Amino acid sequence: MPEQSDREGLGRGAFTARLASYAYPLGAALALFGAWEAFVRIGAISPLLLPAPTEVLATVVREFPVLLHMSAITAAEFVLGFALSVLVGLPLGALIVYARPIELAIYPLLVAFQTMPKAAIAPIFVVWLGAGMNSKILIAFTIAFFPIVIDTAIGLRSAAPETIHLVRSMGASAFQVFWYVRFPNALPSIFGGLKVASTLAVVGAIVGEFVSADKGLGYLVLVANGELNTRLVFACVLMLSVLGIIFYFLVEAIERLVVSWHVSARQLELAGETG
Amino acid sequence: MIADRAHDRAVVGIGNQPFMSIQAVGKTYRGKERSVKALDPVNLDLAAGEFVSVVGPSGCGKSTLIMLVAGLVPMTTGQVVIEGRRVMSPYTNVGIIFQRDALLDWRTVLDNVLLQIDIRRLRRSRYEPLARELLTRVGLGGFETYHPWELSGGMRQRVALCRALIHDPSLLLMDEPFGALDALTRDQMILDLERIWLENRKTIMFITHSISEAIFLSDRIVVMSPRPGRIASEIRVSLPRPRRLSVRESTAFGRYAAQIREQFQAFGLLTET
Repeated sequence: MPEQSDREGLGRGAFTARLASYAYPLGAALALFGAWEAFVRIGAISPLLLPAPTEVLATVVREFPVLLHMSAITAAEFVLGFALSVLVGLPLGALIVYARPIELAIYPLLVAFQTMPKAAIAPIFVVWLGAGMNSKILIAFTIAFFPIVIDTAIGLRSAAPETIHLVRSMGASAFQVFWYVRFPNALPSIFGGLKVASTLAVVGAIVGEFVSADKGLGYLVLVANGELNTRLVFACVLMLSVLGIIFYFLVEAIERLVVSWHVSARQLELAGETG
Repeated sequence: MIADRAHDRAVVGIGNQPFMSIQAVGKTYRGKERSVKALDPVNLDLAAGEFVSVVGPSGCGKSTLIMLVAGLVPMTTGQVVIEGRRVMSPYTNVGIIFQRDALLDWRTVLDNVLLQIDIRRLRRSRYEPLARELLTRVGLGGFETYHPWELSGGMRQRVALCRALIHDPSLLLMDEPFGALDALTRDQMILDLERIWLENRKTIMFITHSISEAIFLSDRIVVMSPRPGRIASEIRVSLPRPRRLSVRESTAFGRYAAQIREQFQAFGLLTET
């Protein structure tokens, strides 16, 4: 079958495309850090202002045990905050689509709440829940859950009317319409929201630690900054971005597994086709 | 002629009760500022096993008619009676095919056909061999594990056809099913549809704006006026079956086409200078 050979052709193209998807960002990052290193060394910039990338790396290696300990705490905060926002965001998005009164009642409140700067209300959460992990989880949750709600609602609404009509002519119940059509159809959009939320949850955890904490990477940043230990500040930031990237790609890996059928997951193949 | 004999048998078989009776069915969409009359009351009977096409200009309400018949949209006036029962909720003894194939991207070709079975809570194991057989009959054997995006428009519409047939409904509602296909694919689909229809003689209501498609496929053609749509004329097509593509060059075919075209000209839809 000609279609069969087409498939294999796509496979080879996809391999080069995948290689490129690693090579390009790696090259860009190396160039950036190279320029940074050169700038610091040639300009003889004080490490108090801007440490060279190699110095930051050296600090990470030297302080690794404490950095790892603090990372584990911060990671636990944003992962739990993210989990909570999924647990609340998904049903809330569905409720907005399925119950008009709830949409009318809650939607304006949601938007109003979203426009509030969370950093400003973070201290209140600390007063309520104490300086422990709980307040950080709650702050991560309040920052992260909005895109999940919105993207879930948008996704559930985006099913084609023909498809809904079709399954109703098969005698589908409201739940079957949801389960066989609306929900799978919404998954790409939901994962869009989850990916945004995964990065916001990290921000939330750090905001919480800045307000009041005695452990975590955000706390360590404040301490190091107070001691003018800029190297350690940068080391913390590096750890944070590594954590954030790992978490983001974890969500993306799950997305690839779950919605492998979607256009976005097939972009790599397309790139292979044209490249 | 085969078609005529089958026709007589069908009509006599139910004792002159039509398979489906559309009685003064009309639809008005009520808006905030004004109401739009989409369909003037329509009366139309379909005999069991009859192939009836509805042709009309865009926006004449022929798609609305399909939705009303299927019980998917509430009608403003009238009633639809199928096999002696009034349609009050979505009618399920039916296979529907839209212009957009409405295949689910996350299901394979086989699973798209079996969606019909899953939703009806029937036994998958019983219907899977049947689904494979249907797919083979429309030339899609070997494509069961493909996903819709790997198929051409014509292949996708064939999958939709199998999905509409798997549960052996007595009625097929088709809303411009070949409207988005290229001319060659379209011709093949028309041939395949007639062949499949001759094999099991389901009652078909076929919406199209293609005069030639309607003549080629139908026992009877209903011509609708521009919005608000109403039935302007009915034409019985007595060309022998199975029909071949060359029938389109015959004088009889030309006469039917001229009849419909003149009807459209009378509406002022076609003007020749």
